Amino acid sequence: MPDIFFSHSIDQFNILFNNAKKKSFFDSKVNEIKNIAWDYFLSTGLPLHRRGNEEWKYTNLNPLSETKFTIDADIDIDFSSITKLIPFSDNWHNIVFINGNYFSKLSENSTKTNDINIVPLSSSKLPDEFATLANPDLSPFTALNTAFFSEGIIIEIPDNNKVSKDLNIVFLTSQSSENLATFPRVFLKCGENSNLNFIESYINLSSGNNLTLPVVEIVQSKNSKINHYRIQLENKKSFNIGTTRIEQKENSNFNSTTFSTAALIGRNDLHVLLQEPHSTCGLYGLYITSGDQQQDNEISTTHVKHDCTSKQFYKGILSGRSKAVFSGKILVEKDAQKTDADQKDLNLLLSRDCEVDTKPSLEIYADDVICAHGATAGNVDMNTLFYLQTRGLDLETAKEILIRGFADEILDRFSPKDLHCFLSDYIDDIIPELRDQSDTIGTF
Amino acid sequence: MLKVKNLHACVAENKSIKILNGLDLYIRKGEVHVIMGPNGGGKSTLANILMGRPSYEITNGEVEFNGKSILDLAPDARSHLGMFLAFQYPVEVPGVRPWQFLKASLDAKAEANREKKISVREFTKIFNQKVEEVGINSNLIKRSLNEGFSGGEKKRNEILQLQIINPLLAIMDETDSGLDIDALRIISDGINSMRSNQRSFLIVTHYQRLLNYVKPDFVHILVGGMIVDSGGPDLALKIENSGYKDYIK
Repeated sequence: MPDIFFSHSIDQFNILFNNAKKKSFFDSKVNEIKNIAWDYFLSTGLPLHRRGNEEWKYTNLNPLSETKFTIDADIDIDFSSITKLIPFSDNWHNIVFINGNYFSKLSENSTKTNDINIVPLSSSKLPDEFATLANPDLSPFTALNTAFFSEGIIIEIPDNNKVSKDLNIVFLTSQSSENLATFPRVFLKCGENSNLNFIESYINLSSGNNLTLPVVEIVQSKNSKINHYRIQLENKKSFNIGTTRIEQKENSNFNSTTFSTAALIGRNDLHVLLQEPHSTCGLYGLYITSGDQQQDNEISTTHVKHDCTSKQFYKGILSGRSKAVFSGKILVEKDAQKTDADQKDLNLLLSRDCEVDTKPSLEIYADDVICAHGATAGNVDMNTLFYLQTRGLDLETAKEILIRGFADEILDRFSPKDLHCFLSDYIDDIIPELRDQSDTIGTF
Repeated sequence: MLKVKNLHACVAENKSIKILNGLDLYIRKGEVHVIMGPNGGGKSTLANILMGRPSYEITNGEVEFNGKSILDLAPDARSHLGMFLAFQYPVEVPGVRPWQFLKASLDAKAEANREKKISVREFTKIFNQKVEEVGINSNLIKRSLNEGFSGGEKKRNEILQLQIINPLLAIMDETDSGLDIDALRIISDGINSMRSNQRSFLIVTHYQRLLNYVKPDFVHILVGGMIVDSGGPDLALKIENSGYKDYIK
């Protein structure tokens, strides 16, 4: 049986790849990378075999493999009417991708600035590091992105540049898209002593079973600082399997906060390489699942050199029959003395049928380090509900306040004000649904 | 104000554990009643049952608050009528700020009683004033409700809530336990400043020392789920000297 799935998953992408190849406008160097990626995908197929496959053990990709995708869709977006549906602010550099491709018409105002260079992949010389952080053979999905990406972007922040406006990249799929597979590609390099706030959000304007396979590579030079925010808000039938790779040079600081919900299958594969000394990284995330959704968080940090600090702190709110995975890994290599690493995953389970598989892990080869990890999964505390009720709050409101309070610890890390307001409203809107899908709370 | 008649209660999940066995208690407007008794006598259970904690089941009896039967009411409905319970172990509520929580509490009460909601400005003024009076560190109050608070700080926070929610009947479940002498004085001042001929208190305590600061009208001894003796403040002094041995058969 599994082999049938295996060949099916390859067959359907094979047709698409041949179509995509005909339209490719890249030079031979890029095409060579694409061919390596494609060959790798041919050798692996989709990771449908879960037994013995630690990376995919808890995520069932059958709904994805059973969907027949296309790579073409009309671009029918009236951008002015949708700015309320997406994280958007006139105070930001706004960059728009539509159906996986950079859409320059809606991004022009943001590309003509002095403190940030944004160029399409097709018209730029690829940086040496391109496709080296997220190698074509990193995973079947990185391979697919590499084989299929079309118009991505290269972003460069010059040295000594504190980018005053937040950079906001919105990845949209158009209203008429149906079973559309998209492969957004972003490469970002932050120069020495530079600063950037970087928001990426994924929004699906159609109700189709779309597949989004983004790859984002970030190189941080010495003394640079990035605050990164990733928002995954695609529709409940969609698939979003994202890969983000970060490489940090000396004394750099990377903070990332993710908000993941909505997709039928979502995966946030985030890895930070602390390559040089005295760097810090903080990876935070909130995932909210309901119905039959699956959200998989593969979060890892590698400490290569000494005196680096890292933190992973994720929180999940699960209801209905949904599933979530937190697979957090901190690897401390032998030269990474004086590492200070901390890892935590806390989950609020609102129903009997939801499931979280949380696997915080530490792999340490240095002897002078401070490392801690922990995970919890629990229901809403009945005593707390009673406490709130004695202060006059009805049971439904008390539940909502507790769910919201649980989310706020991560939500408050979304510092850009407009982004925080957008997500705050979004959570307020979905809390009644979560409460209604809850069944372990409210009984004493 | 509060009439408890022949109240019997057991643990909801194990009905063989009977906690109250025919308890009678009458509290009039403006009175301060103190309940004392040995461990396991049912003092805290009484406080919780009066407020409607669902883990207990009433098997017999009646409780009226201002002439209205309350046993079928949810805890929030009892709160809207003017009842308040200060917890023995105040609960930590992650992510919920005291300001936001108390504003929601007052709004819920106003809505239930069809009254006008207090404005944010007016509420903030009262809130800040009470925070200062109760002596809560202004940094602490910006954090999540009770999270990381010491035992004493949590109890002060209960007094802050009492003062802002402004109930007709305040049930204080061992609010004085675990407090140093300065905190005890602040808590007692908080209670005393709330005393009026319209407001009553039911104070559950183990220690006579609280009564050095808060003068009760009545002291009751609760043993085996029943009130076995009642008297004035002297009764508490007697207990302090001789313990409960005369009441335990």
